[in-house]
Amino acid sequence: MAVPPRHATMQSISNGNTAQGNDRPPTQQSQQQSQQSPGLRVPSNRKTIYDRHLNRTRNAELSRASFAFLFGEMVTYAQRRVTGIQDLEKRLNEQGYPLGLRLLDLLFYRSTSTSSSALSSSSTSSSPPNRPLRIITLLHLIHGPLWRLLFGRAADALEHSVSAETANEYMITDNDPMVNTYISAPRDMNMLNCAAYVAGIIEGVCDGCGFETKVSAHNQPTELWPSRTVFLVRFGDPVMEREKVLERAGIK
Amino acid sequence: MAATSKATIPSSSTIHGSISTLNNPKLLEMSYYFTILSPTDTPLFNIAFGTSKGGGDGIARFRFPETAQYMNQFIIHSSLDILEEAQWTNGGMYLKHIDTYPPAAAYITAFLTPSGARFLLLHQPPNLPSSTSTTSGLGSSSLLGTAGSTTRASSSSIAANPTSPQTEEAVRQFMNEVYENYVKTAMNPFYKQGMEIKSPVFRARVNAAGKKWL
Repeated sequence: MAVPPRHATMQSISNGNTAQGNDRPPTQQSQQQSQQSPGLRVPSNRKTIYDRHLNRTRNAELSRASFAFLFGEMVTYAQRRVTGIQDLEKRLNEQGYPLGLRLLDLLFYRSTSTSSSALSSSSTSSSPPNRPLRIITLLHLIHGPLWRLLFGRAADALEHSVSAETANEYMITDNDPMVNTYISAPRDMNMLNCAAYVAGIIEGVCDGCGFETKVSAHNQPTELWPSRTVFLVRFGDPVMEREKVLERAGIK
Repeated sequence: MAATSKATIPSSSTIHGSISTLNNPKLLEMSYYFTILSPTDTPLFNIAFGTSKGGGDGIARFRFPETAQYMNQFIIHSSLDILEEAQWTNGGMYLKHIDTYPPAAAYITAFLTPSGARFLLLHQPPNLPSSTSTTSGLGSSSLLGTAGSTTRASSSSIAANPTSPQTEEAVRQFMNEVYENYVKTAMNPFYKQGMEIKSPVFRARVNAAGKKWL
């Protein structure tokens, strides 16, 4: 119990630069106190998240520099306490997954509420989109609208595995993934692809729609596109079974 | 069981009912129970309310008040099987009326978010002969007979007939408004998918949506 008074004295003594390191404990305490108090913490302008609009204007884009910084920090954070590249990619994937679940709801909300602006200006149909029931519609949703929401353009290719043994494998290709723009992996980690984060987002979207999936990101550089990335989407067996049933029922 | 048979009639008697305008709102009040279930069937949010349109006071009066607390949840959960079938045949988010539970005259309407959360609304028309005689002064008129009272009940309120197009449209508006608020909840970084929604603001918003549309 000697600690709190000491903070108090430290604070009262020094207003200048010496006490910066001690600023944090008192603020944490005050936050805890206000959380314990009943009711809701409302911002000073009385506007909660429910008073804000979910639609953004077309020009309101985020700074790429701040994204690059944040993403760099995320990679650094994920790199702590990992044992290898696979582990690191798994962590990045897990960070992207909840984002995918959220984006899914947001994507549909934006496309239904303003049927003229958010989605349909770039997609072919003007009616609010349906929930995807089949694999192909889901992949088109990811390839088109989701990619546009995230990166401002559609993905570059969508392919299906030719082999009959791996009929559950689909590939989405991005020639120049935005997340990797400012990342160059060291030589001993050249297998690493930080777009595993985007793979996690895709996995979240698929899972949210009820398609159990594993998604992984792979480097496939070409002469023209040195950071070309292929997202390998592997659907689970129950999904493939349901796909057959739905196909027989004629559902699109 | 008399109540059950009456409750199924309104869909056919809507047209005839439009002739008589009724000035007793108590007869038309519907009771609602709204639930949000996570994709893994965990209840995230519950609210009970009644009709607010046409002079309703917005208070739920379920037919069996002493058991409503758990029976409503039971009825809603029992419709999940049907929902999960409808989910893969209808790609829309609003799945309309999916299930009816005759013993309680409960109608279930469903809305499915793309990420798999289910919004389920149970509506229950009022128990006509017995409850009206206690809650309103027009008990005598509702005793005229089965056909008479149901015709009146289905006449002027959108809520009085759970399967009419007007009701479906009103519920759609309600669901869309809740969906908007649900997305706002989900976008909160402190909210994880599958967590109970405790925000009093969210509750107030859903309540307001209920007042506005139902």
